[in-house]
Amino acid sequence: MISAPAVYGLILAGGKSSRMHRDKAALVYQGRSQLDRAFELAARHVDKVFVSVRANQAAESTRADKPLIIDSVEGEGPIVGIRSALAAAPDVAWLVIACDLPFLSAAALEQLLAERDPGAFATAYRSTFDGLPEPLCTIWEPSAAAALTAFLAAGGHCPRKFLIRHGARLLRARDRHALDNINTPEEYARAHDALAGTLANPMQLTIQYFALMREQAGRSEETLETAAATPADLFTELTARYGFTLSREQLKVAVNSEFADWSRKLASGDSVVFIPPVAGG
Amino acid sequence: MRFRFTETAIDTESARREIIDPGAGGYVSFEGWVRDHNEGQDVTRLEYEAFQALALKEGDRILTEALSRFPIKHALCIHRVGSLDLTDMAVWVGVSAAHRGEAFDACRFIIDEVKHRVPLWKKEHYRSGNSGWVNCERCAEPPQHLHDHDHDHDHHHGHDAA
Repeated sequence: MISAPAVYGLILAGGKSSRMHRDKAALVYQGRSQLDRAFELAARHVDKVFVSVRANQAAESTRADKPLIIDSVEGEGPIVGIRSALAAAPDVAWLVIACDLPFLSAAALEQLLAERDPGAFATAYRSTFDGLPEPLCTIWEPSAAAALTAFLAAGGHCPRKFLIRHGARLLRARDRHALDNINTPEEYARAHDALAGTLANPMQLTIQYFALMREQAGRSEETLETAAATPADLFTELTARYGFTLSREQLKVAVNSEFADWSRKLASGDSVVFIPPVAGG
Repeated sequence: MRFRFTETAIDTESARREIIDPGAGGYVSFEGWVRDHNEGQDVTRLEYEAFQALALKEGDRILTEALSRFPIKHALCIHRVGSLDLTDMAVWVGVSAAHRGEAFDACRFIIDEVKHRVPLWKKEHYRSGNSGWVNCERCAEPPQHLHDHDHDHDHHHGHDAA
């Protein structure tokens, strides 16, 4: 059996940001540009990361200090950047990430890499809105190169259409908000404030998991920083991450080893346990 | 007199000695055993897991409630955790009292409350090779059925030794 091709990261920063009226890559969240945030997130999961740009963007200040892959094929849209990366390094797979995903999480990249199918042209998430592939947080395999060339030659420019037509390994994202993208100034304002809240009030909580919850979380304990104000918020956040099958109505919750209300205010240092239906005796 | 867990076989003889009292005219005990079937599946072994920090408190509260609700002398409950084989004892409840009626009632009260309130869980391993957390897996959709299921396979029917 041949081992799967290595994976490099590609941050797509060649878009025109027309609806935003501003360069999406340069939008700032938590004090850093989205390009820097996406680049650093990818760099935690793959050995090398590049930024995809159009030729006339190569000297632009947000992008200039990064390793660049400049569009080398004719065509329109993000698919040009993907095809150019596959041309620049034909033997590696590319973890392609758009620059308008401010909520993209380490958990989402971990799941994508863990459930990657190197035998498919690509591994992608299904959209939580319409079930169709999300092409801009996707691992593109080297085997897709020839079909992409043909697709471009035929005037194709939408990577989603390509994935629908050619088939891709599609995953259900456990982190349901990771791929919420932003296109307008209003969406940016909302995302900026949501992420600022996460930064302003990070609480450190210890979560212990038992029984089915432990198996689904894949761990018996963790300490994490969160802006969740109540056990109910925390459960929503962790269900997005781990895909718990039990609903909140089926569980009880304990804070600091005592039964608690779901609406109780959490404080930094609290320890939380979600209690699935019990079965002693 | 505390609710407690053990990772090894429950020593019923020494547990019984703990609740002996000169004012008691007798005692009632309940032993829950690992049974070879549940809800139509052949069970080969069980694993018990507890959230001990809270389970010990809740178990003690149940014993304290029993002592205030019934005119009994002493009450004790010991629960196994870890991996258990068929016929192993999973739980022991003992109650001593001046008269038998209260001892029976309090013993029944304690085991029923323990099963419903103490945060501990049971994973069944089946002959088919599958396994499942009791009350958690097949009830994933309709929450209102949770307690029905618990009663359905109430261990009093299966391994009531008292």
